[in-house]
Amino acid sequence: MEKSADSGQKLRRFEAVVLPHLDSAYNLARWMTRNTTDGEDIAQEAMMRAFRFFDTFRGEDARTWLLTIVRNTYLTWVHRQAPLQNSAEFDERLHTDIDSALTPESDFLRRATAEQVRRAIENLPVEFREVILMRELEQLSYKEIAAVTRSPLGTVMSRISRGRSMLREFIVGQKRREAKQHG
Amino acid sequence: MANHAQRDLLHAYLDDELDLVRSMELEDHLAECGDCANEIANYRALREGVQAADLRYQPSSEFRARVLSELQREAQPQPVIVHRRIPRWSWAAVAALLLLASGALLLTVTQRSESRLANEIVADHVRSLMASHLTDVVTSDQHTVKPWFTGKLDFSPLVRDLSADGFELIGGRLEYLDGHNAAAIVYQRRKHVINVFTWPTSESDAEPQVIAQQGFNLVEWRQAGMYYCAISDLNRQELTELASLLRK
Repeated sequence: MEKSADSGQKLRRFEAVVLPHLDSAYNLARWMTRNTTDGEDIAQEAMMRAFRFFDTFRGEDARTWLLTIVRNTYLTWVHRQAPLQNSAEFDERLHTDIDSALTPESDFLRRATAEQVRRAIENLPVEFREVILMRELEQLSYKEIAAVTRSPLGTVMSRISRGRSMLREFIVGQKRREAKQHG
Repeated sequence: MANHAQRDLLHAYLDDELDLVRSMELEDHLAECGDCANEIANYRALREGVQAADLRYQPSSEFRARVLSELQREAQPQPVIVHRRIPRWSWAAVAALLLLASGALLLTVTQRSESRLANEIVADHVRSLMASHLTDVVTSDQHTVKPWFTGKLDFSPLVRDLSADGFELIGGRLEYLDGHNAAAIVYQRRKHVINVFTWPTSESDAEPQVIAQQGFNLVEWRQAGMYYCAISDLNRQELTELASLLRK
């Protein structure tokens, strides 16, 4: 009886502290897996793990803590999959440097459609995709991203920098092709 | 800008991650260096593009409900199996007791699973009030609520306009309860919100039964292959009145 009161209390505390971040957990999982079914599976499994490990939560930031679990769940999941997925290297030949002498690039970037941006991010290799997501969509600080990804601050910095430059090349490349077709 | 270390600094600057001294140094540099200023402008534009695109994926309400119900299942205490050596002489007594107990046991088992369901329904009702997620479809028109469920459920829930009887139809939402999809039809009487949960059942019809749980009243009944449970903080008379209106 005592045990059931305990677990009821644990659930209520979990609902108050961790559950508000379900949206962030799902968003990250959905972006990492790039489809709804797997995204839901990962997010759900991560929530269950979080609940089981909730006793080890020491009151640090709940969102960062949950996202770390989502990411670990994702990595375990990838391991179980065929190692073909997500191992795609960024192809330098497809994303050559932009000639900045042409049309103002910032115009292209600002006018990118939601679909173009979405495709560009999906196209990023996962180690860049995750830092870009945490930074731009979750507004996590570099320190928080370093905590979630268990990597040094310097790595986070350079991945954000590199990730953004890939995004930019991809979007501008698309826009340029569009402009050429219409012109 | 050829230097990679420098390029990372530009992003850290953009993200407000540089300390004061370094960001002032960088600002001085930006004032002089057109290339870097241009670079910053481009990345600002990229960020505007990314943020304007609204790229967040929102979990569906079905998914949210599934996670909640899984969590509740997980929070249920696991049955503890006790192994104990039983003396030989007692087997006859055990057999006799077993015979006696099996009847009572069946009763408690069904009662326990019922109270688990009642718990689940109470939790769901409370959540629907707290999380500002009372309805997926908001309307007082029964002809809007009913078709909304088509394609989302494999049954068509009972939706009635009972405003003439003092029960205003607020809307409906999808739920996941007791291991299957459920419809929640939301009514209101004065300030009291009433959730009416319903899903198909294979059990035979049953008259409305009132249960009081954690300060809420629940009225459940079965009719024509459907299970219904109305829950609210409304008094039991009025809640039973709603049940009889729905059963007509």
